[in-house]
Amino acid sequence: MSAVRADYVRPVDFKHGRVDMTHGSGGRATAQLVDELFLRAFDNEWLRAQNDSARIVMPAGRMVIATDSHVVSPLFFPGGDIGCLAVHGTVNDVAMSGARPLYLAATFVLEEGFPLADLKRIVSSMATASRLAGVPVVTGDTKVVEQGKGDGVFITTTGFGIVPDGVDIAGDRARPGDVIVVSGTLGDHGVAIMSLRENLTFETTIESDTVALHELVAAMIAEVPGIHCMRDPTRGGLATTLNEIARQSGCGMVIRERDVPVKAQVKAACEFLGLDPLYVANEGKLVAIVPSATASRVLAAMRAHPLGRDAAIIGDVVEDAHGFVQMETSFGGRRNVDWLTGEQLPRIC
Amino acid sequence: MKYIDEFRDGVVARQLAAAIAGEVRSDRRYHLMEFCGGHTHAISRYGIKDLLPVNVRMIHGPGCPVCVLPIGRIDNAIELAERPWTILATYADTMRVPASKGLSLQKAKARGADIRMVYSSADALRIARENPEREVVFFAIGFETTTPPTAVVIRQAAELGVANFSVFCNHVLTPAAIANILESPEVRELGTVPLDGFIGPAHVSTVIGSQPYEYFAEEYERPVVIAGFEPLDVMQAILMLVRQLNDGRAEVENEFTRAVTREGNIKAKALVAEVFELRRSFEWRGLGEVPYSALQIKEKYRAYDAETRFGIGYRSVADNKACECGAILRGVKQPTDCKVFGTVCTPENPIGSCMVSSEGACAAHYTYGRFKNVPIVKGSA
Repeated sequence: MSAVRADYVRPVDFKHGRVDMTHGSGGRATAQLVDELFLRAFDNEWLRAQNDSARIVMPAGRMVIATDSHVVSPLFFPGGDIGCLAVHGTVNDVAMSGARPLYLAATFVLEEGFPLADLKRIVSSMATASRLAGVPVVTGDTKVVEQGKGDGVFITTTGFGIVPDGVDIAGDRARPGDVIVVSGTLGDHGVAIMSLRENLTFETTIESDTVALHELVAAMIAEVPGIHCMRDPTRGGLATTLNEIARQSGCGMVIRERDVPVKAQVKAACEFLGLDPLYVANEGKLVAIVPSATASRVLAAMRAHPLGRDAAIIGDVVEDAHGFVQMETSFGGRRNVDWLTGEQLPRIC
Repeated sequence: MKYIDEFRDGVVARQLAAAIAGEVRSDRRYHLMEFCGGHTHAISRYGIKDLLPVNVRMIHGPGCPVCVLPIGRIDNAIELAERPWTILATYADTMRVPASKGLSLQKAKARGADIRMVYSSADALRIARENPEREVVFFAIGFETTTPPTAVVIRQAAELGVANFSVFCNHVLTPAAIANILESPEVRELGTVPLDGFIGPAHVSTVIGSQPYEYFAEEYERPVVIAGFEPLDVMQAILMLVRQLNDGRAEVENEFTRAVTREGNIKAKALVAEVFELRRSFEWRGLGEVPYSALQIKEKYRAYDAETRFGIGYRSVADNKACECGAILRGVKQPTDCKVFGTVCTPENPIGSCMVSSEGACAAHYTYGRFKNVPIVKGSA
């Protein structure tokens, strides 16, 4: 007689196992992966209900939806991984409208052969980030693609939030005379990723700044509800974000190089790689455009929050129908800060 | 940042600007060519033009390795990349250079060619060793600065017996290009391009030294000041050129003494001489065929020469008719003289090579300088 119970199911091997096609087939293996990994990690009342959709109660007000796909390589980097990034990225996109993020939905595209141990690590980092942010993952989906057709893991997250009354933050609201504020040092995330990708090691490790910014945003709008624009300068960096806002608002901008905060290590790495920190990605910083009369109050509110300690006023919005973003260089000249072209490339000569 | 900030100091820049303004003569103009794309980039990025008197004009030279590559060589690189079982390893700058038939390496990659971007020649050799079943070709480009690293990997490949590695050599020589510009009819006879002096290369000169420029100074009576790539280096070099011109001198002076000697890097030069020899002629974009202006791999290392290994034949292809890259590279025209500049030709969709590399004259002006003459009005909200 076998000692094994009739209802025994061998647990998923999170030590040596790998993702295979059955994990995405919708059958028993999929259900088991959902149960033993995703449900356990994200555990909440909506997931426990095990429906195809989550029924949520939204407070009254203007709802904000944002979605973002995360395809970062490498998946693990100093300061974070694709899991927490997938939470922070979308929470921040929702928060940049001034909204309070409430719920997340998540989709995983897994590549056949991907180590389950790595997947577990990613999911638990994602769950921690979601819990710390106070924004639960209420529904999700998992698909598996054949080997060679993905890059380990892609994660898409969608976030929902509500904008408080009296707040109207949008990319087309920058006005000449407004002041440009950033919440901290620029380029940390991009340099952390790039130095790993290119196998570059420096004396000190540069860590990604990936973090959820909604509490900082809440502190800012509590002080000054009339903030005009807010955005997180992710891909393309500060330069791209300012160009986007300038175009949407139909005005120009002038920033001062000496006021733009950049860590010395990031500056050095950029120098070495032939990059411009203004174009390097951030995952835990925001840029706000505020009426000049409120600038000092916004700045004080930011500096009082741990995520805005290094906040700085870096420039002004000006009249310019061409929508140029310019920079007064520390050197004493003036130059354009243009849209990013292609990917930032290293110098060769 | 130590050793960097000192060379970007705004206060010193204003002192130098004042010195230049104090020494230029109002009755003459100063046409100075910065040969290197690195200088072009620094001039645009730091807004150096804003600090110069109106009668000092900077002319951008052809010293941008990506810009001078003719279409035919990019076609060859695509041909190599599209061979079965081949990996083409390339510096990232070449990816977007337009080739024939609307192609580029980037587009060839999207069509399925295995093209990998590398930071150094050593990365290319590493890829070859990691993929012994594939042919790995390194697309070697650049002036004397990038030539020694290519020589190193060819020698290493030979020592290690890496049979699946080869180099598509496109290394070109700075002195040959300068001579070609000075010999061009526009400069020599017609006088359409006044060229009073040169800012000499920074990194190139660390390898070849300052001695090769002595010939130009003497033979063509043009002063040369070798300068580093930092903005204060460029300002100091301009001041030194203005002084030479005012004194009627035509000498080689070295502003970049912290890195350049008269002899250059003897070890690197010996290595290059061991692996490479002069090519009889090489086509440059803008300059056309220039005799003895490029290198090829020596007989001893022929096994690592992709051109002979895969029977690559060169076919010259004319530039787009509207494109003025040729004239811009010779200093005859400025980017804004080109009809397609900033309209059809932008960094996103470059027609000519000068719009591709950040060191190209067109890309530098488009990226950093095209706002000029737009007045700034601060609002009163």
